[in-house]
Amino acid sequence: MNKDTIIRLERIVKNFPVGTGYFTALNNITLKFEKGEFAGLVGPSGSGKTTLLNIIGSLDTPTEGKASIMDKSLIGLSHKESAQLRSKHIGFIFQTYNLLPVYTVYENVEFTLLLQKVPLSERRKAVMEALEWVGLTDKVNSKPSMLSGGESQRVAIARSMVKKPEVVLADEPTANLDSVNSHHILQTMKKLNEELKVTFIFATHDEKVMQYLSRIISLADGKIVGDTINPNHGSNAQ
Amino acid sequence: MIGFTLKGIVRDRSRSLLPVIIVSIGAMLTVAGTGWIKGIFGDIIAMNAKYSTGHVKILTAAYAENESQAPNDLALTDISSLLSSLKKDFTGVEWVPRIHFGGLIDIPDSSGVTKYQGNVVGRGVDLFSAGSRENERMNIAPSIVEGKLPENGKEILISHDFAKRFNLKPGDKVTFFGSSMNGGMVFSELTLCGTIKFGSQILDRGGIICDVSDAQQMLDMEDASSEILGYFKDDIYSEERADSLRSTFNSVYFDPGDEFSPKMLKLSEQNDLDEYLAYADRMGTIIALIFIFTLSVVLWNTGLLGGLRRYNEYGIRLALGEEKKHIYFMMLYEALIVGIIGSVVGSAAGLSFSYWLQETGLDFGDSFGNITMMMPQVFRARVVPEMFYIGFIPGVVAMLIGTAIAGIGIFKRDTARLFTELEV
Repeated sequence: MNKDTIIRLERIVKNFPVGTGYFTALNNITLKFEKGEFAGLVGPSGSGKTTLLNIIGSLDTPTEGKASIMDKSLIGLSHKESAQLRSKHIGFIFQTYNLLPVYTVYENVEFTLLLQKVPLSERRKAVMEALEWVGLTDKVNSKPSMLSGGESQRVAIARSMVKKPEVVLADEPTANLDSVNSHHILQTMKKLNEELKVTFIFATHDEKVMQYLSRIISLADGKIVGDTINPNHGSNAQ
Repeated sequence: MIGFTLKGIVRDRSRSLLPVIIVSIGAMLTVAGTGWIKGIFGDIIAMNAKYSTGHVKILTAAYAENESQAPNDLALTDISSLLSSLKKDFTGVEWVPRIHFGGLIDIPDSSGVTKYQGNVVGRGVDLFSAGSRENERMNIAPSIVEGKLPENGKEILISHDFAKRFNLKPGDKVTFFGSSMNGGMVFSELTLCGTIKFGSQILDRGGIICDVSDAQQMLDMEDASSEILGYFKDDIYSEERADSLRSTFNSVYFDPGDEFSPKMLKLSEQNDLDEYLAYADRMGTIIALIFIFTLSVVLWNTGLLGGLRRYNEYGIRLALGEEKKHIYFMMLYEALIVGIIGSVVGSAAGLSFSYWLQETGLDFGDSFGNITMMMPQVFRARVVPEMFYIGFIPGVVAMLIGTAIAGIGIFKRDTARLFTELEV
């Protein structure tokens, strides 16, 4: 096994019950992701992108096949083990930011460290560092309602990165942003990917995102229909 | 994490304000309701104490066995000596002799021939002694409809209904026929000085009040009385004090082998008042349970609405790696804080209202029109120690139960749908 392989999926099948039968969302998917990849799952709606992200993120389990992250099998994990895995090793970035509205920018970023019971001084340092990465140190006391869409998504990136996860899963992170903010966000994520060697996996059908991806995995009807290296990634962005 | 939760409660008014208001109202109603019930039962007990039982009562063992028949042949004797010992040995108690008796009132016509006769029940109470509080205690003066209080010997108050029935007016002369303490027939000419409303059917049909010295004279009960009642000087009945007093007295004065020896009974041993006291406690418990149930249902629904409103937040927290159990316990922790805050506010409000009702009371005297001896005109609550914590039972327990039920949905949340749900 390659020592840099961080995610391994073998013959993944995911069926969802529909009436008396079932719908196959993922059909015999085999994939590997190396540490530090900036990869994307692309395809039309219903192609299985989000289902695959769910399985990688330990939010769902496959009907068949093997899945592991950092050599830890994702099959048969208890809810507690899944939660701990997400809490420590996996960051999430959503299309709609999903910040906690009553908490400040600082507190939103701090939340995952609180779950891990990180001591206060370390927590403060890590939160400020994460906000520095995304350029929001001047907004620490702002509430989400006071932020623009781009700023909110940067807070979400800081929240996902503050615990220095091995993998960040981003589902359509630019779908609600204009072109300028989309590029800004993607540049920020690309920079973090390069500096911290964090693996980013996107689910997207946004052309702007695809420009930045180093690897594009195309899905259609639950199957991989393409898995290509993007030699020009980032070069023609913006 | 606790600080994080507290910040959420403080900043998110919909998470805290509505539940705090609901809990406060519930706690306030529980506390005020308890105070009201305690006040009502306290009034019933106080009324019994004033008219019948005292806080403690001394009578002979034989009289106690047939008390309903007012058997004055079994009455206490040598009471001046007993009263003097009581006043010396039990200084915190006011001791008053009373005589219960029955007989006939004969109403003559202008020529002195019997015109009407009616049965009466009589009370001989201490109206003339200096410092006696019997008039005030039994609410006699305010209950007089016509005439005035007895001021001289051989003057009586008679029930207003009886006076109307036989066309009696203050100043009229009547004759009392009854039996003496020794079983002989006695009669005595009396002057009607006033009419009174007792507020009790039996006494209003035919009741008379006279000074205890007149009753002693009429019934040949020299230095005797049916009973001696004892009242704590602070007017507050205490079961413990009464118990201690009874034990001390009975150990000295009561001889189980002598049915005429004086025996002390405490209030709760008479007229089934122990049942009343137990009932008052049960009512307090029932009120608390009703509020726990009602508030639980209300708070469950409030919790469900809050859960729906915070569905997204819980989803984010699950996705970020918080365990379902942890979210559930944080919800319960929030509920505990909100429950405590609401209970403190509600208990303070309920106690303040009860204290006001205790000190000022609600005066229904004008509404009732007819003031009677037995009917209290001012209804009061009573602040008791349990009211300082009873509001916390429905306040905290109901909040926790309501949240615990509403929060079960957290465990049913399907994490596989989080991405889809969180992107709506």
